[in-house]
Amino acid sequence: MKHALKPSQYLILVAVMLTASIGDTLLSRGMAQVGAVDLHHLNLLWKALFNPFVISGIVLLIGFFASYMTALSWADLTFVMPATAFGYVVVALLSRFWLHEQLSLYRWTGIALIVCAVGFVAGGPSRTEHETDHHELDVMDSGAGR
Amino acid sequence: MKSATLLRTWSAIGGVAGIAVLGEVLIAAAMRRLGDLDDIRAKSGLPGAIRAVLSSPLFLVGALCMALNFFGMLYALSIVDLSLAAPAIASLTYIGNAVAAKIFLHENVDRRRWLAVVFVCVGVVLISR
Repeated sequence: MKHALKPSQYLILVAVMLTASIGDTLLSRGMAQVGAVDLHHLNLLWKALFNPFVISGIVLLIGFFASYMTALSWADLTFVMPATAFGYVVVALLSRFWLHEQLSLYRWTGIALIVCAVGFVAGGPSRTEHETDHHELDVMDSGAGR
Repeated sequence: MKSATLLRTWSAIGGVAGIAVLGEVLIAAAMRRLGDLDDIRAKSGLPGAIRAVLSSPLFLVGALCMALNFFGMLYALSIVDLSLAAPAIASLTYIGNAVAAKIFLHENVDRRRWLAVVFVCVGVVLISR
């Protein structure tokens, strides 16, 4: 079982948590400015690409994509998934402690549930080992001289 | 809500979630086949790692799905309220991912991971209220 993550790998998971949630928030703010897009006004999607909120949202989502793919290269999809969900907790906590919004009991319960989910998964192995993986890891280990 | 609106709402939500699951599973499969990106970067630098990722056909199809998902999401958010679209798409994507990861990626989705999926889905819905 390959479970112990290196500090750099924890950093990648933190990046996955932060970039997705903040990027999505920026996007939804930008799209609210652009207005409703329907099949007859698809040109608005093009216009959206010039909105500063949409642009910064896209930049953060590219960062998310890079860190997400790095995480998937050494961990299972079902292991990384709760980390992406943790982004919701980040947004809720930011709105509570930075924007001083009141969080309802529902939201606190939601936060607790997602934190539990991360705990469940983090307690297990990060990767399902398959026969081919062993081979690939051996090859890479010899290559990296570890 | 009229049934036509309801149908449009949920087909947008289901469509976006379906494309997301397809994209994520393809990208996860591509990354698994590629091996540890940190090791590749240590050996052939960032350009080498980018080249390795971009030359994977699985990744390219997965990235295409993610791009479609991105525009689908913009479209969905313009016809459905964020407070419904975001948690509904997220929950469906998490469930779909877990099922697809078990079937197609042969991941060992044990009891604690199923429990995590359920907790995340309920949590996402509650947090968006």
